[in-house]
Amino acid sequence: MKSKLYDKIATIYFYVVATLLIVFLISLISYILYQGRTRLNIDFLTSPPKFMEVGGGIGPQLFNSIELLIITLIISVPIGLGAGIYMAEYAKPGLLTEIIRLSVETLSSMPSIVVGLFGLLVFVTMTGWGYSLIAGALTLTVLNLPVMTRVSEDSINSVPNSLREASYALGATKWQTIVKVVVPAAMPGIITGIILTAGRIFGEAAALLYTAGMSSPALNFSNFNPASPTSPLNLFRPAETLAVYIWKVNSEGLAPDARQIADGASAVLLLMVLIFNLLARWLGSSLYKRMTGER
Amino acid sequence: MKKIEVKDLDLFYGDVQALKNVNLSVEANSVLALIGPSGCGKSTFIRTLNRMNDLIEGVKINGTVLLDGQDVYKEVDVIELRKRVGMVFQKPNPFPMTVYDNVAYGPRIHGIKDKKKLNEMVEKSLKAAALWDEVKDRLHKSALSLSGGQQQRLCIARTLAVEPEVILMDEPTSALDPISTMKIEELIEELKNKYTIIVVTHNMQQAGRVSDYTAFFLNGEVIECGPTDQVFYNPKDKRTEDYITGRFG
Repeated sequence: MKSKLYDKIATIYFYVVATLLIVFLISLISYILYQGRTRLNIDFLTSPPKFMEVGGGIGPQLFNSIELLIITLIISVPIGLGAGIYMAEYAKPGLLTEIIRLSVETLSSMPSIVVGLFGLLVFVTMTGWGYSLIAGALTLTVLNLPVMTRVSEDSINSVPNSLREASYALGATKWQTIVKVVVPAAMPGIITGIILTAGRIFGEAAALLYTAGMSSPALNFSNFNPASPTSPLNLFRPAETLAVYIWKVNSEGLAPDARQIADGASAVLLLMVLIFNLLARWLGSSLYKRMTGER
Repeated sequence: MKKIEVKDLDLFYGDVQALKNVNLSVEANSVLALIGPSGCGKSTFIRTLNRMNDLIEGVKINGTVLLDGQDVYKEVDVIELRKRVGMVFQKPNPFPMTVYDNVAYGPRIHGIKDKKKLNEMVEKSLKAAALWDEVKDRLHKSALSLSGGQQQRLCIARTLAVEPEVILMDEPTSALDPISTMKIEELIEELKNKYTIIVVTHNMQQAGRVSDYTAFFLNGEVIECGPTDQVFYNPKDKRTEDYITGRFG
């Protein structure tokens, strides 16, 4: 009869833990949204910041965050997915593979400020690009590759071997099997990896302070000359992101409404992450359904 | 005519010898059943015929396997070999794709892009696998929504779509209910008109029902091979008789 009692205790424990967690998360999210509610308007979202006076917006920072996200994903998804495929499908068990895996794991727990300083050294100074969007994107790639690699590897490994065998038995090559069977079957896991990566890109500040920079030129959205510093297409302009801006406003903001700006920007950041997650999930599942025919 | 001839075949997994001096030949357009207790090398054996063992690390093979007189380990490209020697697995393993895409997978990877041609091949293969009537209205639904028996016939259709000459079946009905099993057995009966079939089975009655020839494996060796009637009713070896009459295994 003891086992029944333990079963009850365990059940109660899990319910309590889950409830606490949910209550905590909901209160945190509602607090952030509540604090930032007054700033959730088009004007705040689109106008440039002001330094000494009331009423500045977060337009360029918001745009930079999204652009940085896209550029970073364009760089890091192919590399991370490729590395994951290599680790899962090609790497033979052995010393080299173990060293790679250990390195990936170590890298994934590296403090982001250290990655940021590495970025400063390599992508800002050595390349001579200065504080720039591309330096920030490459630094974030370094920061995110381990996670992307690890998640891709895990989700590819979780594809049952029977599917690979079926493909080989029909005369498929390894490449055909990977592209047509393995990666599609691993897609839900890979999407999760991309979402995790994207969340970190939106939220990262420390790694960007000295790479993408702490300033943003006023952007002119009708300027399509990639060489011009005010063009949104210019990857070599400084590109302060929302998370960096929140940190800056909080620590050294001179505007009288600095607190409100930080609150508003935090709420916007939270909503952005939420929207991106929902979008990525929806995109991923509709992609998966299209491939699997589960419509 | 001999479709497949195996001569002095040894196979090692590392230091463990899984097949010992196997000599066996298979007549074209016949069904050969491989029987024997678990772990006796039946599955390992059929996987040498389409070189699926190549995928396993540490496998060493000595001896020759001839397909139409050509050595499959030396004279035939492995992709070409697997096109000619198809395989159906123990557990139904349809791809997580639509029914249509499952069947079209093989033709597509071998370069067929024409929609009309693909449609024809899919229909023909599904009909040959006696599945067409059950799935013709849901070709574009997920294959995973089919029942286990339907999935296995889908896997057979998928194999047929590549237009093989030989079909290897590794206990194709062991995960299925009796009615699905019956359908697959009827199918094997039909398919042998066009294909050479080798089927591994644990089920004596099944071997008796579907096969023309039977080979009895024990501990990696072929103990006896001959026409099914003879192996079942007049076995030459005491061990074969013991196994068939259910004294062990």
